[in-house]
Amino acid sequence: MHVPDGFLDAPTSIATGVVAVAGVAVALRGARKELDDRTAPLAGLVATFVFAAQMINFPVAGGTSGHLLGGVLAAVLAGPCTAVLCISVVLLVQSLLMADGGVTALGTNITLMGLVGVAVGWLVFKALITVLPRTKASVPPAAAVAALVSVPVAALAFTALFAIGGTAPVETGKVLTAMVGWHVVIGLGEAVITFLVVGAVVASRPDLVHGARHLHSADDLEIRKAAA
Amino acid sequence: MMKSRRFFAVFLLVSLLVAGVGSYYASSHPDGLEYVAGKTGFGDSAKDSATADSPFADYGVKGIDNARLSGGLAGVVGCVVVLVLAGGLFLVVRRRSDDEA
Repeated sequence: MHVPDGFLDAPTSIATGVVAVAGVAVALRGARKELDDRTAPLAGLVATFVFAAQMINFPVAGGTSGHLLGGVLAAVLAGPCTAVLCISVVLLVQSLLMADGGVTALGTNITLMGLVGVAVGWLVFKALITVLPRTKASVPPAAAVAALVSVPVAALAFTALFAIGGTAPVETGKVLTAMVGWHVVIGLGEAVITFLVVGAVVASRPDLVHGARHLHSADDLEIRKAAA
Repeated sequence: MMKSRRFFAVFLLVSLLVAGVGSYYASSHPDGLEYVAGKTGFGDSAKDSATADSPFADYGVKGIDNARLSGGLAGVVGCVVVLVLAGGLFLVVRRRSDDEA
């Protein structure tokens, strides 16, 4: 869902740029609470994995493809503020080094995939995790559903920006239907990848998973810290 | 439970394999946004990125013709850059164990 330069006009791109800077600033403050000596290395690796996974477009029906956005995956593994930073670093490197996603559109892309994707996904995850049984097994499916929701919501947010500042005269309704429709399907891929990766990490190192923190007491963490 | 060092090594290795090897098998169809833009008629409003001349533009290495090698190398370079930037940032931002929580 990398928005190239040119889709949105300058005022809209500047506005999303301001939103992105503010969001990243808030995330920088919040990430301090999420990261310590044990979890910081995982967070760096999560960003690296999101970059790698975004290189693999999976085919979707009708000659379309999709790839992981990774906001929910990063939020569940490393924490929501850290996830915003992960996605922002990935988008920065993609934009500057790989020419994927426009440079003037960087703020738009951080807003859509970083802020909207992570925030919506994290809220859904938190809501699910409070109603599901308090076990490790609840974490991957909750993450998968959150991931599924996050993709069409990000697509919806793009449509809203397009309605405000799209440079081409295209009916918003047409864009809305197509964007949300296709991204529900792409969201299924997002859900599968998120389920598998979160599942693998929860199975091997549940103590490092931010979205499983509520399952551990402080005593558990002490024991594991000594063992690691 | 898996030792931290081994766990992190496996995580990194998977990422490098996905970017360095797996990416060759990615679908070349347009992604959701690109497809919708083309279908609904705003695809042509896209402009070339200012970084379109980057040596790693479009996930390839300029000058390497072998698609597998070019894409794989660009993927590995990207992973390393992201790891250094994100990893460095998180090491700076984190609470040190000697801090008061």
